[in-house]
Amino acid sequence: MAKGKPLLPLPHAALIAAIAAAFLVSLFSDHIDPYYLDVMTGAGINVILAVSLNLVNGYTGQFSLGHAGFMAVGAYMSAAVTLFLGPPWLGPDGGTAFSQGLLFLGALLAGGAAAAIAGLLVGMPSLRLKGDYLALVTLGFGEIIRVIFQNVDALGGALGLNGIPPYTTIFWVLGFAALAIFVVLCLVHSTYGRGFIATHDNEIAAESIGLNTTRYKIVAFVVGAFFAGIAGGLYGHYKLTITPGGFDFTKSIEIVVMVILGGMGNTVGVILAAILLTVLPEVLRPVAEYRMIIYSLLLIVIMLVRPRGLFNFPIGRRKNA
Amino acid sequence: MTEFLQQLINGLSLGAIYALIALGYTMVYGVLRFINFAHADVFMTGAFIGYFTARHVPLGTLAGGGAVLLTAMAGCAILGIAIERCVYRPLRGGPTLNVLITAIGVSLLLEYSGQVFLGAEPRTFPAIFPHREFAFGGLVISSNEALVIGVAAALIAVLQTIVHRTKIGMAMRALAYNPQAAMLVGVDNDAVISFTFGLGSALAAAGGILYALNYPSIDPLMGVMPGLKAFIAAILGGIGSIPGAALGGLILGTVETFAGGSALSTWKDAIAFAVLILILLFRPAGLLGRYRAEKV
Repeated sequence: MAKGKPLLPLPHAALIAAIAAAFLVSLFSDHIDPYYLDVMTGAGINVILAVSLNLVNGYTGQFSLGHAGFMAVGAYMSAAVTLFLGPPWLGPDGGTAFSQGLLFLGALLAGGAAAAIAGLLVGMPSLRLKGDYLALVTLGFGEIIRVIFQNVDALGGALGLNGIPPYTTIFWVLGFAALAIFVVLCLVHSTYGRGFIATHDNEIAAESIGLNTTRYKIVAFVVGAFFAGIAGGLYGHYKLTITPGGFDFTKSIEIVVMVILGGMGNTVGVILAAILLTVLPEVLRPVAEYRMIIYSLLLIVIMLVRPRGLFNFPIGRRKNA
Repeated sequence: MTEFLQQLINGLSLGAIYALIALGYTMVYGVLRFINFAHADVFMTGAFIGYFTARHVPLGTLAGGGAVLLTAMAGCAILGIAIERCVYRPLRGGPTLNVLITAIGVSLLLEYSGQVFLGAEPRTFPAIFPHREFAFGGLVISSNEALVIGVAAALIAVLQTIVHRTKIGMAMRALAYNPQAAMLVGVDNDAVISFTFGLGSALAAAGGILYALNYPSIDPLMGVMPGLKAFIAAILGGIGSIPGAALGGLILGTVETFAGGSALSTWKDAIAFAVLILILLFRPAGLLGRYRAEKV
């Protein structure tokens, strides 16, 4: 941010207000049409995924194609926590709503942590590479993670995990979406966070003034993976069943399209794009089979016509980027 | 021992196909410094052109099979040139990331158009070449395997001749070495790049037909895995190097066939990626590649 003032006047107050708003929405969730609730939940999860990938692909300029892999790690880890640790913790009567909530929070954080560790293990060796190579290696890691889940029988193999308790509510989704946006924005707009943008703008120049660009890349990667893991946990406890096939290359591409459509390094645009791409298939239901064709055409046309993204508003963009 | 030799032959015939696809990646990378993600789908398109052409030729004859092969190669050459002309050329000189994203877009467009318009269910590829099996001792070599290795070797030899013995080949090498200097001495960069795309795509089409002969089930997503493997092969051999791509393809095909025949068969795909990651970590320039320092 070259402007020298924060994007929001009171970021912490904004976060608390957003979580309170999420709580209010969840209070009225019984009165909202389940269909809209469904779309909202999907949009919220996609916002978390897109905003976290934007930290890596947008702000730091490292092209990762393996986000779905981290999402898978988080989904499996948190589902394993609620499935295997849940019954002893909650007791035979199923526990109170509070203890269930606590269990879910623990499961989500465990999922996020597992994904972050996976991000660290993937990032440390591969972030030495650049551009095309990095994209390929992250893609490769995403596929390896998927193959591992397919071959581990304790986690259901190719059939995946079933019977995950339905803990995900609109409160959790909106709350974590707010948290993800908060963390990414505050991180990028902090003094430390300028390192991400410096790494993106000119790696050699950043290194020559003494920034450890590899470190910045790894931090971005780990934070991005953490939130992808959280999103995976929310997704698993929402769909109630997860399979390795659900986290393949196509899922990664979907997230990448959101980031590119929104404009890389433009959080507001990316949020709008994530919502748009969740709502669009619903609107286009009659032509659903053409959805992926439309996606791919969008990618090409945007790169040719508006390489900075569809939602390229002057707010929240660096002046001379 | 017989089993070892048998697996080796299977591995070499798979590797020869990887090598054909890898050559396209490596040549495009050589002149344009970017990874043509859509190459794997050109390979798929080649197999489909072959599938539809095969209806109009007598099956199981050498002439018919050759006609199918050449039609697919010509069709894909045109497709490759068209993709370059319409999509990549307007982005030339822009950030690499944009070209990469566009290439992914083209790849997805071909795959999903194929799924919607041709149907996602696999089709059986006809036996366009005469089929025989030769037995040497305990060893069985099918004519298809021999054909794959033979055609691949011939095409690689032709390619090597084009690149090292002709004027356009010299222009390709000049462009790969330094595009601006090549332009200064009168090389028409656009024409050379188009030619490179056409050549690479024709080789991918040949790979597609040969692959479909050995694994006669084709669908619009058939290119994804062989494409990735071939790309890994190109990096393994050193991207930008033509002998490297051929070598990398053979190594990867052999390793994969042996892994597939062992207890590790369900991990086959992960092994190829593990090879890629190890190579990039310990020898980023590949086996036969040269490392270039980045100049500021």
